[in-house]
Amino acid sequence: MEVIEHDILLVGGGGAGLRAAIAACEASPDVSVGMVSKLYPMRSHTVSAEGGAAGVARDDDSLELHIQDTLKGSDYLADQDVVEVFVDAAHKELTQLEHWGCPWSREPDGRVSVRFFGGMSVKRTWYATDKTGFHMLHTLFQTSLKYDRIVRYDEYFATRLLVRDGVCRGVAAFDLRTGEVKCFLGRAVILATGGGGRIFPFTTNAAVKTGDGMSLAYRAGVALKDMEFVQYHPTGLPGTGILITEASRGEGGHLKNKHGERFLVEYDYGVGDRAELGPRDMISRAEILEFEAGRGLRGPYGDYVHLDLRHLGEQKIDQRIPFVRELARNYVGIDPVWEPIPVRPVVHYMMGGVDTDVDGATPGVEGLYAAGEVACVSINGANRLGSNSLPECLVFGKRSGEAAVAYASQGASEGPREALVGQAQAEEARLDALRHKVGGEKIAQIRRELNSAMEQGCGVFREEDSMAACVDSVRQLKGRYADIGIGDSSRIFNTEIVQALELGNLLDVAEAVAVGALARRESRGAHTRRDYPERNDADYLRHSLVRFAADGPRLDYRDVTITRWQPQERKY
Amino acid sequence: METQTRKFEILRYRPEEQSEPEFRSYEVPCMPDWVVLDALNAIKDDIDPTLSHRWSCRMGVCGSCGMLVNGRPVLTCAAFVRDYEGTIRVEPLSNFPIVRDLVVELDDFVHKIQSVKPWIVRKLEKDVEQGEYRQSPAQLEEFKQFSMCINCALCYAACPVLASEPDFVGPAAIALGHRYNLDSRDEGNAERYDAMHGHNGVWSCSYANECSQVCPKHVDPAMAVNQAKLTGALQWTGILPKKSMT
Repeated sequence: MEVIEHDILLVGGGGAGLRAAIAACEASPDVSVGMVSKLYPMRSHTVSAEGGAAGVARDDDSLELHIQDTLKGSDYLADQDVVEVFVDAAHKELTQLEHWGCPWSREPDGRVSVRFFGGMSVKRTWYATDKTGFHMLHTLFQTSLKYDRIVRYDEYFATRLLVRDGVCRGVAAFDLRTGEVKCFLGRAVILATGGGGRIFPFTTNAAVKTGDGMSLAYRAGVALKDMEFVQYHPTGLPGTGILITEASRGEGGHLKNKHGERFLVEYDYGVGDRAELGPRDMISRAEILEFEAGRGLRGPYGDYVHLDLRHLGEQKIDQRIPFVRELARNYVGIDPVWEPIPVRPVVHYMMGGVDTDVDGATPGVEGLYAAGEVACVSINGANRLGSNSLPECLVFGKRSGEAAVAYASQGASEGPREALVGQAQAEEARLDALRHKVGGEKIAQIRRELNSAMEQGCGVFREEDSMAACVDSVRQLKGRYADIGIGDSSRIFNTEIVQALELGNLLDVAEAVAVGALARRESRGAHTRRDYPERNDADYLRHSLVRFAADGPRLDYRDVTITRWQPQERKY
Repeated sequence: METQTRKFEILRYRPEEQSEPEFRSYEVPCMPDWVVLDALNAIKDDIDPTLSHRWSCRMGVCGSCGMLVNGRPVLTCAAFVRDYEGTIRVEPLSNFPIVRDLVVELDDFVHKIQSVKPWIVRKLEKDVEQGEYRQSPAQLEEFKQFSMCINCALCYAACPVLASEPDFVGPAAIALGHRYNLDSRDEGNAERYDAMHGHNGVWSCSYANECSQVCPKHVDPAMAVNQAKLTGALQWTGILPKKSMT
């Protein structure tokens, strides 16, 4: 078996992974970084982020305000010490991207322009028209090409962390092009694989968002934290789930029901004067309540509301949100200059993820780090504010890259080579067997049933019975997954094997989401229960932690870190 | 919505089992709003799990799903089934070696992107604490269009020069190098000169304009190539200095 060695190993090459790789190179002149990614880095899902990235930039703004907005948005489940670190670094990281060439939109005087975003009390969202994630990702990827010390393993699928005695020293991954399993050894491993929105049927998330890193860490003994908090974005295109950016509301767009009413203004949904600039969880709930009141519009993909941009005018639409116009024209045949866009709530982001500290280090497994959507650090709590995720990738990608280098250079042992290679060889045997697996179950069928169970049980509104049924369904599907059959036994670019492994990861992530949701008997942020409609700080101002065990997940809790800001009623 | 069964001919190549690529036909029930990628995924899920193709964002921005549909390079996530009549033929991008089925080898493409040094080069870097570089909207406009490339490689599949001169650095890479040369923050055009203007650079282009015809993001790489030819010529003759373009 080929053994490949680097000082630092990255799994994933999107916004967080690339930032971590660059930070590692800048932290030490001789560190070598191996970047294992199941796709070419510029294909990573960061590319689909549209509206912008938050960072304090103006005189009318302050770090204090960005912190307060983020905590309130999180429904006070974010760790306050971590949010302080995040907000302090976010604007510096966005400036760093500017220095690396990111084409931020500009003011006439040449300064970077900022726009309004939901739950942000002032303009602080930096943007590159409405392709912010695309430009950030390409800027990071292109900048990373400067460093010969970043060695990329593009289209390698990581299937197992190599951990011995609670210390992580590598990863087993196979090269899609040849099917060959390789043993990657390093003194620290950073997971930056993104979230797992594909556990749901209707999502903005790309096909690759299958929770791979969450499952890797979970199986290696790290807890998954706050997994029950799944963000529904209020404006997805019916059918495809393609995202229409929140910037369309930040720039002044209105949401309207079938009577043409701005329902956020006409009815009391708690967002008050903020209306379309309210946070995502509240607006998604309002849309569902409009549907239930019979005030939604009916389409082939269920109920929807209108996102009306007509009053912005063609010039502003083309200047500020041209991609919205392109997407609406292409995918629903609507030109927003002349007609409102049909939209509905769509699964967008996982607040939860791999439990980490402020440097990305995972408690319980030494040498393992995580950053970006895969991680729960936690700055997003029960509901992330739009435009905080891109700077999160940068801030915590950088911190974990630097922390991993510090750890690796401060006498981290090489690891028991024979034992680690042995684990990779066992993985090779497992994958060989999988390619020839005979069984009666089909991958696509299990995936569809999983998607349906999650939508039924863990949607915008939740209750005991449907969540319990969801937990049962996921367990049964896990059982049936053991009986899948593989039709393609070839080695070269076998995407059926990739899908089989991704489905295993989806099942792990889905179970953690459902188990966490069922146990949290309160409503907080994106976790809204009809049977427990109030927030309950006495019992649940705590992070949930789901741990892997052979006979089913174990759940416990950890207190939220409160420093200077006491939890208050969340009203806008 | 009712489905309509459509016939697809897909170029299949599994090197462990086939010596040559060959077309295979599939009858696929398609929804009226489907794109070609939806049909490929339906084949993969319900008809033939051995089909391999790349895709991810399905909204025209990740650049993964470029293929030839009826001979023309397109993003299959943005190519609607209803826009094609009769049998729809899907093949891997031309001018690239086939790895398997609809998956082509992209390493050479990525090396070409890297060869133009697509990053900001400066003699003196500014500290983050000093804030951003000022850049006027007009300065941004100078290069913005050329920064929109999603690396989908459709232009490489369309380029007649690459068909006969595989070492040509190619439209996307030249557009990207040109993008950095035009950026008011950059001072690196001398470092890019060899890759852009050397033996396999802009002068290989015969201005067939095919790249700009197929570009799904309207980057207009042919215009980038020709602007780069002009500035390169002015630099070569000494009329323009190589370093300070702006």
